Order: sequence, then structure tokens, then C-alpha cells
Amino acid sequence: MSAEAIQSGAEILLRALKDEGVEVIFGYPGGAVLPIYDAIFNQNAIRHILVRQEGGAVHAAEGYARSTGKVGVVLVTSGPGATNAVTGLCDALMDSIPVVCLTGQVPTHLIGNDAFQEADTTGITRPATKHNYLVKRSEDLARVVHEAFYVARSGRPGPVVIDLPKDILINPAPYAEAAPSHKSYRPRTEPDMDQIAKAVALLKSAKRPMIYAGGGVINAGPEASALLTELTRATGFPITNTLMGLGCYPASDPQFLGMLGMHGTYEANLAMHGCDVLLAVGARFDDRVTGRLNAFSQGSRKIHIDIDSSSINKNVPVEVPIVADAAKALKALLAAWKADATKVDSVAVASWWRQIDGWRAKDSLKFSQDMKPGSVIKPQYAVQRLYEIAKARKQEVFITTEVGQHQMWAAQHFKFELPNRWMTSGGLGTMGYGLPAAMGVQIAHPDALVVDIAGEASTLMNIQELGTIAQYKLPVKVFILNNEYMGMVRQWQELLHGGRYSESYSAALPDFVKLADAFHAKGMRATSVDQLDDVIVAMLDCPTAVIADIAVDPAENCFPMIPSGAAHNEMILGPEHEASGAAISDAGMALV
Amino acid sequence: MSDPMSTRTATISVLVDNEAGVLARVTGLFSGRGYNIDSLTVAPVDAEGQLSRINIVTSGTSMVIEQIKAQLDRLVPVHRVADLSLEGPHVAREMALVKVIGTGEKRVEALRIADTFRARVVDTTVESFVFELTGATDKLDAFIALMQDLGLAEVSRTGVAALARGKRTI
Repeated sequence: MSAEAIQSGAEILLRALKDEGVEVIFGYPGGAVLPIYDAIFNQNAIRHILVRQEGGAVHAAEGYARSTGKVGVVLVTSGPGATNAVTGLCDALMDSIPVVCLTGQVPTHLIGNDAFQEADTTGITRPATKHNYLVKRSEDLARVVHEAFYVARSGRPGPVVIDLPKDILINPAPYAEAAPSHKSYRPRTEPDMDQIAKAVALLKSAKRPMIYAGGGVINAGPEASALLTELTRATGFPITNTLMGLGCYPASDPQFLGMLGMHGTYEANLAMHGCDVLLAVGARFDDRVTGRLNAFSQGSRKIHIDIDSSSINKNVPVEVPIVADAAKALKALLAAWKADATKVDSVAVASWWRQIDGWRAKDSLKFSQDMKPGSVIKPQYAVQRLYEIAKARKQEVFITTEVGQHQMWAAQHFKFELPNRWMTSGGLGTMGYGLPAAMGVQIAHPDALVVDIAGEASTLMNIQELGTIAQYKLPVKVFILNNEYMGMVRQWQELLHGGRYSESYSAALPDFVKLADAFHAKGMRATSVDQLDDVIVAMLDCPTAVIADIAVDPAENCFPMIPSGAAHNEMILGPEHEASGAAISDAGMALV
Repeated sequence: MSDPMSTRTATISVLVDNEAGVLARVTGLFSGRGYNIDSLTVAPVDAEGQLSRINIVTSGTSMVIEQIKAQLDRLVPVHRVADLSLEGPHVAREMALVKVIGTGEKRVEALRIADTFRARVVDTTVESFVFELTGATDKLDAFIALMQDLGLAEVSRTGVAALARGKRTI
């Protein structure tokens, strides 16, 4: 008998992972996965990063995946190990992040017996994953692992769970190479050329065109972002990005109108509202983008490129659907655009740009920072200075965020020129995402500057990961915009609930400087505007992990804002602007 | 696309891998996204028992039905999704077992109606019948409605099995 034939399931599992190109696993051991940890102990090809809670492992894998384009891998034990991973799986599902999560399971003969640390993991994670597997036969193990990676990264990427009963890991298992093709899951990637022709004709006929690009462009690889940039420049059309799409088009480019949606710029939202031809690429018209659906971009004829046909015509009917990989569709679109001699109505488009420039002149992200020493720091100013100081250092920068006001300020004021540099929880809105995600990014990019722009409330949700950061000496910077409130909750309570700040005050906060110290990191604090730059510079200079506690104006709200149930042309602008926008209706209050 | 807001009924056939959990994926999709299931049937349909066919009768606006099909189609174990209502003529049949309890004139009348509907008697006692009836859903509905006053006691229905007419296959 050859040595291969007597490999255990756990050894076969690791071999399959290695063949799939896995270099790092984020995990936490437990009884059901001990055979895998034994196999990990006996090899050096795959590095295991020990997190402090399984939820952190999934977010770390998401950060790793989002910043590299590779599949992130998680390993957790049965029962609570798996249930702790569920939030991260939902997060990865909503944001289309490729993750393979290996969960331990009680031995097959005990399944269904309410055994110790048993949970119905495939049942629980079915709606939380793109697909999941329970391996019940040793001979299926290698095939399932290869298939899981294929499913996670193909089509619209997403999380895949493989539930592994302990006996399957211990018993001998045969190896199998990855199958050349999947029997049923073969997502379409090539665009229909007739649809491309229709799209070009429509784009050429536009008088008030608009391009709206989302996270799907980033998922399609850096080539898709480059092609989108080339196409946008070739057309001369204005472009906006979704929260998940930031970085797929260079933010410094004059054709870029900034982010759109609930906290998007005035010019991006009004251009969406007023355009006559809309090209959507890798974006899904979600409610944070569209505002009130029956008022969303009513006058436009729409082209929608998406690899997931269920994203097309889901919320907004479109005229030219194109089911394809974004890079392939953009490549075809660019070639067809160039080959078509039809001239764009340049007079109309120039007049459209004048209108947009008028909206731009409003400077909807403007805020006023009192520069007198001792003045309170505006959160927007803190992000802006972080951006400017980091940019001047010409270091590669990756930003993660938690969820809330600070996330929106980061999206508004930190400018991304390249894809894969911005990691945030968009769809699920998971507080506690940023710190573990930053950890995953730093593992993938050891020499880069990785900053978690955080809120004091969110970051406490996975603060235990400071232990992981210390163990692996990851120089992650946690930049806390500390307003002592769950700021977005407080903002909604101010605007929608009569200023009744029910349970949104961050009471009994830890001393973040001492907290950093306790976790072997460096703690810093800025409490007034004159201290801010020094703290940012010291943070960026520090070779180790840092928590920078930036005390910001607790009353600051995030504007512009499209209130729930309002339309794009009913934005509320900040106090820097004259009164504007819609009064918030009772119907809007019922929406999320 | 027809008026996206008008409601229609659709008979959708889905060819899936015959594996554990596949039905839960399909029904979970419907419950999770708030779609209706009016009827559902599932059974293996190939010689090796590798593939199952799920027939779903659902209703909703055209936009919702298109969504349902797209959502089903992206499930990993799904091979094919066919909208039989939209893709051409189809035959749809279901079977019902109908228990009627009664004596005297009502019993005679039940048997007479059953005969008209070409229902078979598959079980009988002096006080009861179990009828087996196959046909389109509305035929079964009509039969059951008629039995209401004739001692209808219990109904068991299979849900709809459906195929496209002619040479077309899924």
C-alpha cells in the first residue's frame, strides 16, 4: 500500500487546501477539529493564525480575501465554534467575499443525538452561505474541498461551509484532484454580444449619461477596474461608486463624483436622479443606494452588467441586462465603443457636465473645523488628515472600518485610487468587522500600512482580537473616532425620534490607551485639534500596533443624508448649507 | 417583459442533484425571501437516482417570478430551471385521495359523481370510500368541492407534476 493511500482525512484535507493554493488559515481549535490541528502541527506549508473568537476568524479571512482577491480560509470547531462564525458568513454572503469555512462536527454516528458541542451547522448556515457541505463519506472529502473553493470564487463569490465529522477526519481517505468542471454550477461569464451592441447604442445616444459601479467590479479583479477606468475616460461620462465599489475608479479623477446613496455626495445622487442613460456595473441597486424606489432615476434607460442574474431586475427594471463577468463585459463594451463611429452628443453632455459642476460647487461634504488650539476635533477632519498624512508618505495603505458614522466619514473623506484597498461591511453592516478584517489584511500585506478607522462602540465588539494582533506582532493601527455614542444610532434618534437618545450613549468606556497597553500595543490620544497631526504621525511612525483614541465632536452628524423613504433629490445637507431636503416622514421612520 | 406588476401563477420545474438538503435549500429560499409555494412535488427521475425533479407552483408579479427563477438557478445543485407556464404549452397533473364517509343517498351520489370525474375507488367499507382522482388542479378542486356536502372527511393531494408538451424537455 502506498503512503498516499493511508493518509487520514485530516491529512487529505490539508493536501487539498495546499493544492488550492491556501497559504493561511484563520482558526480556533476545539474537540471536533483536533485531528486537523494535529495535521497542521505536522506541516509547514500552511500557516495557521490563531484568533481569539471564531467571529474574528471569518472577518479576518474576509479582509484577507478582499485585499488579495484570493479565497479566505477559516477553521472552527463544531457547535459554538460554528455558530460564532455565522455572522461573518452572512457578512461575506452579502458582500460577495470568497471564503471557505471548515467546521468540525461530531462523529457521523452521533449526528442528530444532541451530542456535546453538536449543532446542525449545515442547517444553520444554509441561508448564511452561498453553499455548504456535510461530508459523510471519506471518499467525498477531497472532491468536496476542491468543489468548495471553486464555488466560493466562481460567479458571484461567497462563503462556503464544509462541515467535517470527526470520524471523517480520522479515517483514511483517498485523494482526488480537482474536477475539470462542475456538473451543475457553471456561471455565465461571457457577455451576449447583441446586448453589448445595444448597450453601446444606448450609451452613444445619451445626453445625460451616468456610470454607477459597485463591488462586483472589484471582485472581477484589478483588470476590471482598469477597464472601467479606460471606458469611463473614453466616454467622458461621469461616474459614481457604491460603498463596496470605492477604489474601482480613481477617486482623484475629475470624472469621479464620489460615492452615491444615503450618505453619498450631492452631485452623485442628483446625477443619478437626473440622468437619461445609466450604466450599472457590478452593483445591485440596494436600498441604501436607491432611496425611495418609485422615485429612483425615473428618467433613465438602464444597462446593468452583473454576473448574478438574480441581481438584475430585482429592485429596478432595466432595459439592457448583461449577465457576465464585469471584466469581460467591460472589455467587450470598450471594444464596441471604440469600433462604433457614432458621435456622442457632445453639446448635450457638456451641458450635463455644467449642471453636475453646479451641484459639485455645493461641496456637500464640507464641514467646518475650528483650528484654534484646544478646539474639539471634527470626525471628518480626523479622517481627512489621516488621508493626507498617509498619502504624503507614499506608503501602500489599506483601510478597514467598523460600521456607523465613522464608516461613512471614512468613505466620504478617504480617497481610494486602486481597488482592494478598502474593506468595509457594506451589506450586512456588521459592527466589529474592522479590527479582525485589518488583521487579515495585515497578514496578507505584512509591509503595508493597515488602518482600521473605527468607532469606539463598534471596535469593542471584537476587541479580543487585539490578542491575535499582539501574538503575531501585526502593526495594525486602530484609529478610533471616539464620540462616546453609537453615533449613527444617535443621529437617527436625533433626526427621527425627537432626540430621545435611548441606550445609544457609550457609557463606561475603557481607557483605550491603557487597553492598548494591556494588549502589548501602543496607545495614543488626541483630544483637541492641535494634537491631531502629531498623534497621526506618531501612529504611522510606530512599528507596532497602535490604538489612537481620537476624541471627536460627539454631536456631529453625517451629511449629506437621504432619509429613509426619500428620493435622491430630497437629500438633507449639513449645517454648513442652507435648509434643504425632505422633512422626514412617519413612513420613512418605519424603514430601516 | 409584460407588466411587471401583474400577478400570475407559474409552474416551475427544477432539475437538481438528488442529495441531502437540496429540498431544504429550495424551500428555504422561498420562505427566506417571502415567495409563495402553492404546491410542491419532488422525486428522483433518472435511472441512477442522481437527479430529482422539483415541481413548484407559485404565484407573484412577473418581476417576482423572474426573481424566483434567477434565485433557483444560482443554487449550486440546480441543473436547470424551466418556467413551464411561460415556455409553451404544458401538461400538469396531480393526484388526490379523497375519503368520503356516509350512507344512503349521499353515498350513492358520491359514487355517481366520482364516476363522472373518472375517479377510482381504491378503498371501501359500507360507510366510506377512498377515491383516487388524477387530473389538473382545478378538476381536483371541483371534485373536492362537490364532495363537501356528501361526507368529505379527509383529502391527501400529491401536488403538481408537470411536463412541457411535445418534444421539448427540461
